[in-house]
Amino acid sequence: MRQSGRTRVAVDAARASASTLERRGIDVKGELFRAVLLFCVVIGVVMLATLLIYVTIAGWPRLDVNLFTQMPSTRDPQTSGFLPAIVGTIYVMFGVLITTVPIGVSAAIYLEEYADASKWYNRFIETNIQNLAAVPSIVFGILGLAFIVRGPWGLGFVAFAGSLTLMMMVLPTVIIASREAIRGVPSTLRQASLGLGATRWQTVSRQVLPVAFPGVLTGTILAMSRAIGETAPLLLVGATTFVRFLPEGLFEGAYSVMTVQIFQWAMRPQEEFRTLAAAGSIVLVALLLLMNSVAIWLRNKYSREY
Amino acid sequence: MNARKKDSEMTDQATRAAGPVPSPQRAVRDVPDVPKEPVFTTQDLNIHYGDFHAVTDVSMEFGKNEITALIGPSGCGKSTVLRCLNRMNDLIPTARVSGEVRYHGIELYGPKIDPIEVRRRIGMVFQKANPFPKSIYDNIAYGPRVTGMKVDSMDDLVEQTLRRAALWDEVKDKLKQNAYGLSGGQQQRLCIARAIATNPDVVLMDEPCSALDPIATLRIEELMAELRESYTIIIVTHNMQQAARVSDRTAFFTVKVNETTGDRTGGLVEFDRTTTIFENPSDQRTEGYISGRFG
Ligand SMILES: Nc1ncnc2c1ncn2[C@@H]1O[C@H](COP(=O)(O)OP(=O)(O)OP(=O)(O)O)[C@@H](O)[C@H]1O
Ligand SMILES: [Mg+2]
Repeated sequence: MRQSGRTRVAVDAARASASTLERRGIDVKGELFRAVLLFCVVIGVVMLATLLIYVTIAGWPRLDVNLFTQMPSTRDPQTSGFLPAIVGTIYVMFGVLITTVPIGVSAAIYLEEYADASKWYNRFIETNIQNLAAVPSIVFGILGLAFIVRGPWGLGFVAFAGSLTLMMMVLPTVIIASREAIRGVPSTLRQASLGLGATRWQTVSRQVLPVAFPGVLTGTILAMSRAIGETAPLLLVGATTFVRFLPEGLFEGAYSVMTVQIFQWAMRPQEEFRTLAAAGSIVLVALLLLMNSVAIWLRNKYSREY
Repeated sequence: MNARKKDSEMTDQATRAAGPVPSPQRAVRDVPDVPKEPVFTTQDLNIHYGDFHAVTDVSMEFGKNEITALIGPSGCGKSTVLRCLNRMNDLIPTARVSGEVRYHGIELYGPKIDPIEVRRRIGMVFQKANPFPKSIYDNIAYGPRVTGMKVDSMDDLVEQTLRRAALWDEVKDKLKQNAYGLSGGQQQRLCIARAIATNPDVVLMDEPCSALDPIATLRIEELMAELRESYTIIIVTHNMQQAARVSDRTAFFTVKVNETTGDRTGGLVEFDRTTTIFENPSDQRTEGYISGRFG
């Protein structure tokens, strides 16, 4: 290629400036900024670590088998346990899972694959899903009390009412995560499938969803871990009851969950119950960390495939 | 989008750098003046993307069991015309087709036509090999499965299809392995095989060799020559030697600029037997393009 006059001038200038490439003292502003950022990271990590260490020390004496196998008792903290709360949590989370995943994934498929973004109602739905994700959880509790426990559904204070309330809360998370996963599926795959005469539904169910699956799964686990740690909305829809028996089912009988049980033990004046609450917290935190790790592992495992 | 544009421009340059285009070397096939039996007939075909008039007034015929090549500079609407033939443009929300496209005499954009049925008869191979992230076997079997084709033995169908695509010997021991493990050229031949597994009537190919080396390209060209016996093939290519080697007829498109408004639109300049286009073109622009002086 022939060099124009201007190019030659530019090249000469670049060569000349190479002699001034050496460091000129310390960049004070840059270093300061770096220090502030590092400080913020340290605060976060230190706080989390303190919390974990504190809870572990406080709860260690009661981290025993009784914790998992015994009914709660207000009289004897030594043999008191979380059994009904654990079972209740499993019930509630099962209810959340079976409602959130189909609804959330279907909504995401609609918005990504079918919705015509030029229609006002589709844009309206989109914006409101974003908004819904920002609603404080207690509001969902009130909604659950008014419409699910009482009102039109009238399920009563049962585990499934808790499930539906939490479902409303985490649905936006699942929808948003699933949409991202679906959007990440290369469009060449859709074209290949449609080009072979597959219907839109065949394309979605056989090509798009399998590829999007790890992303959907990751979003679901994160949503579940958010739901499992939630207390406030559940207090409103029945989980307050102090239960000394296992829940009878999803649709009948009183229930309790881990977080509410922890809350109740922590409110008692006696030291032994506080210890019990801390032990319960360890279990919950361990479970949350495990779920999040699985989510991160899944994301890393599948993120490099395309 | 941008990257793709650049890609094809580079192909243009490569073609030009390669010097004058040799005349077709294969045994001269007897190509009649006009297609004996047109598969597609377009009449004043116009395609818009929103307000943008991408293709203007294309009238031409694509003959049965012939290979028709679409050539022309980047952005002249070759892919747009190609996608319009199996209604893949329906997938682009802004795309709008007007004028007439007849497929065996049937109006392709008629109100009762189901685009899915259209695509079952008119297969497509894309510029970049896009196998499904599944096994080689499942890639071939996908079309027959989704179209509900009645087959006695899927194994036999897969084998026959791969044999027809001249891929069988290379993959027969790894049918259950993921198609992503194949080389780029093999992946593209798998995509061709996948497209013919449902036994379509027409195969559309959009720059099928642009990402391949000369040997892989040659294999695909041989494959096309064989497939011509049973299928109608329409291929978009930037490689003029390729158009000259494989096609029976060539359509030259270009970007036409309106002198007064400055609007750019794609259009058909010349459509004739490939030998005529390359040896004795009647339009200045065609001659300029194929001899590398314009494009
Ligand atoms: N989806 C789309 N939306 C809007 N405009 C488009 C779209 N696809 C193509 N175009 C425009 O239509 C014109 C023709 O595009 P097309 O892809 O058919 O050209 P082409 O001849 O295939 O070019 P190339 O050789 O680079 O592939 C171009 O100006 C392009 O920018
Ligand atoms: Mg193109």
